[in-house]
Amino acid sequence: MKRRMFVKQLALSAAIAAIGFGSTSLYAQQKTVKIGILHSLSGTMAISETVLKDVVLMAVDEINAKGGVMGAKIEPVVVDPASNWPLFAEKARQLLTQDKVAVVFGCWTSVSRKSVLPVFEELNGMLFYPVQYEGEEISKNVFYTGAAPNQQAIPAVEYLMSKEGGNAKRWVLLGTDYVYPRTTNKILRAFLKSKGVADGDIMEDYTPFGHSDYQTIIAKIKKFASEGKKTAVVSTINGDSNVPFYKELGNQGVKATDVPSVAFSVGEEELRGVDTKPLVGHLAAWNYFMSIKNAENDAWKKKWADYTKAKKLPYASKPLTNDPMEAAYIGVYMWKQAVEKAKSFDVDKVRVATYGQTFKAPSGITSKMDEKNHHLHKAVFIGEVKADGQFNVVWKTKGPIKAVPWSPFIAGNDKKKDEPALMAEKKK
Amino acid sequence: MAGEAPAIDKAAVEKLAFGDAEEKTAAIAALVAEADPRAAALLEALSEGEMQVAGKRVLIVKGEDATDAVSGEKVAPLPAEREDVVANNRLRREIEGALAAFKLLSPDGAVRLAAAKALAGGAEASMLPLVRKALEKETDPDIKPLLELTASSMEMKSGDKEARLAAIRRLGESNSPNSRTLLAEAVSDSDADIRIAAQKSLLEVQGKLAWGERAGLLFAGVSLGSILLLAALGLAITYGLMGVINMAHGELIMIGAYTTYVVQVFFRKTNFFDWYLLVAVPASFIVAAAVGMVLERVVIRWLYGRPLETLLATWGISLMLIQAVRTIFGAANVQVENPAFMSGGIQAFAGVVLPWSRIYIIVFAALVLFSIFLILTKTRLGLFVRGVTQNRDMASCVGVPTGRVDMWAFGLGSGIAGLAGCALSQIGNVGPDLGQGYIVDSFMVVVFGGVGQLAGTVYAALTLGFANKFLEAVSGAVIAKIVVLVFIIFFIQRRPQGLFALKGRAVEA
Repeated sequence: MKRRMFVKQLALSAAIAAIGFGSTSLYAQQKTVKIGILHSLSGTMAISETVLKDVVLMAVDEINAKGGVMGAKIEPVVVDPASNWPLFAEKARQLLTQDKVAVVFGCWTSVSRKSVLPVFEELNGMLFYPVQYEGEEISKNVFYTGAAPNQQAIPAVEYLMSKEGGNAKRWVLLGTDYVYPRTTNKILRAFLKSKGVADGDIMEDYTPFGHSDYQTIIAKIKKFASEGKKTAVVSTINGDSNVPFYKELGNQGVKATDVPSVAFSVGEEELRGVDTKPLVGHLAAWNYFMSIKNAENDAWKKKWADYTKAKKLPYASKPLTNDPMEAAYIGVYMWKQAVEKAKSFDVDKVRVATYGQTFKAPSGITSKMDEKNHHLHKAVFIGEVKADGQFNVVWKTKGPIKAVPWSPFIAGNDKKKDEPALMAEKKK
Repeated sequence: MAGEAPAIDKAAVEKLAFGDAEEKTAAIAALVAEADPRAAALLEALSEGEMQVAGKRVLIVKGEDATDAVSGEKVAPLPAEREDVVANNRLRREIEGALAAFKLLSPDGAVRLAAAKALAGGAEASMLPLVRKALEKETDPDIKPLLELTASSMEMKSGDKEARLAAIRRLGESNSPNSRTLLAEAVSDSDADIRIAAQKSLLEVQGKLAWGERAGLLFAGVSLGSILLLAALGLAITYGLMGVINMAHGELIMIGAYTTYVVQVFFRKTNFFDWYLLVAVPASFIVAAAVGMVLERVVIRWLYGRPLETLLATWGISLMLIQAVRTIFGAANVQVENPAFMSGGIQAFAGVVLPWSRIYIIVFAALVLFSIFLILTKTRLGLFVRGVTQNRDMASCVGVPTGRVDMWAFGLGSGIAGLAGCALSQIGNVGPDLGQGYIVDSFMVVVFGGVGQLAGTVYAALTLGFANKFLEAVSGAVIAKIVVLVFIIFFIQRRPQGLFALKGRAVEA
């Protein structure tokens, strides 16, 4: 027993020493390079995050088939943080210190990103975050390939306010109780106020993660909607709560033509478990829809369908693609291109090389990583749910929009810089 | 037939397919004016997303069959390059209204009723003449008041003051949420008379609607109560009567839900999909009961009278069960589809829809409760269980095979957990973690109701259901959960034996 303890301690101290001495040039000489995949494969977020793991693996397979990155084969390290936020931080630390990955692709909820952020900043790691979020953050260690509020939430609300969208005058802001919905709704409330919507015409409500009983909330929405003027629901509900929410919406007969609801975290994958016939016309705002027609998207969808079949994934019978999958896929290629430009796996060099990288995205635009603010330029699409669970694009922006992570609708943001504060330089 | 009829307005169809939003709206009006049933079919196709364009041609595509929208001829083979004509919410609303107005003149009473209901939800003022025309002819006592209401709501938007005042009075007599919307708008009208009249009518309508809302809330409370009851009933037997702190109770619920899923998958291949619950209910009971009995024989029976060890052992078992399910079915949620009769809801009051799935679950919970009551009070097993619970040694002395009774009782409790899983699969998500969401609630109900008491469990489940739903309506779901939890902590502090204490000379082990 004692001897084993000693051996363990020895191994541990060796590992710690390795961190200290391990120089980044070591990576370049190796034939393989490790990357981390940090997505929940179980728990309430598994419904959304499992496919992201698979799409990153698909991109890795593609790159490896073409000879890898700078001659090095990519070796993915998949971990399951199980929808448990502190576990995200632990697993991130494990990936960076034990597995010594060059980059991590992961996280969905903002609370998980917030929980790993200190780890990445402390250990100078690199994270590609593929999901739309509330903004209010630019870290030099994170590249955000999902949308900021001005690339999703604000255009969606503007659409519902327009004549085309139904002239909505009253708003229900409904979300899961954590940082993303709270912040997004704060921004939306300020935005709505700037458009002349009174406080009495906004109803804000939150439910816990994994909430499954939406009876009273839907009844509340119905009551609110009948108190005058056209009402729209803005849903920032995350994870598998969406299934009971939409089931209840259908069962209680809330039709999109009367009270449309627009969701920011519901895509093709989340609707897989729902009977979509009663939901026709409810909306989602994203930067990609599976139903978008162009050559890139067709090719990408085919790749994904083939991949799910080859790997015998559970969704092979009905392969779906969605926005965060697209963002995750773009992320992997952005990193690859940046590594090749930097000719190094060193985080600081790759970071600089990532600025201004472009990629021909399945959404039909050429996505560009901003030169400064770590966010992608994205086009915005608004889709209505069809009876088959796909989306009809009813509105889109003319071209890519630059992300504004510090929303002008939050006080004090006008003074913040549109680029990460370089902590490394402060230290030196 | 289609070939003989004159082609419908080609210009309108083309505007519908290629025009901008304004042109499309105008085209809908033009098509409705024709009062041609084929125009109605065309509009329906557009709103269903079956209209496509191939070059300059407008097609109605249903599956693999396509017809030309203008001439009505069959188009074969399908042109390869087709694009959907997208109908958004605004367009669909216009079409819905137009079609409903169309159907108001139908000879079939049921069609007219449906149309009148659709129009009552909100109609464009431009349809007023059509509604008036229908009103003149209408004799059906169900449809007429609906149409009158619709006409009033349209007149509200007209300019004539007398007509508006009359409309406001009529709206005041109705109990539809739509009337409230209209009246709420009129309250801030520029005309003082209208403001006062609207205020009065609004109060009347709100009074009526408030009752509906209260009833809806009551139903939500009963519904949540019935779910808590189902989840807790099994535990009331294993923990309440037998005293086993079974942390794997939630996983037995999960096993029931997965059994339902498996049965459902089998039935999807047959034509009797709507009846799969008839098999799923007994199957989930049997599977969960079997798992429970194996657990009892293999692990729990060695740990009677050692609550701490039981707690740890069953907790370990729960983790193993979760992992087993994860390995077999995958970590992601599985999809359990409702049979058709459980989708949708019934309009009980104005503005309150009671979903069928929840109504069935309330009935189901009542049935399960009744069966347990019968088993415990009317059967030999029930007698033995009660005997063993009250005094194990004495029961053993008079020849009750206590070991086997323990097994059967544990199996019964587990089976009921399986039934709960079957019911929960109809309204919530089915995943490996399903049980963890209910284990805390289940213990809360049993402890709050009083250990060893079935009646206490029923009262506790309903009380917690109501408390949760009423608080949710006032303070939101997150605060409601916290308040209920805090309340229970204080309650148990003051009254550790729960709502109802077991009286008598029960011997504590």
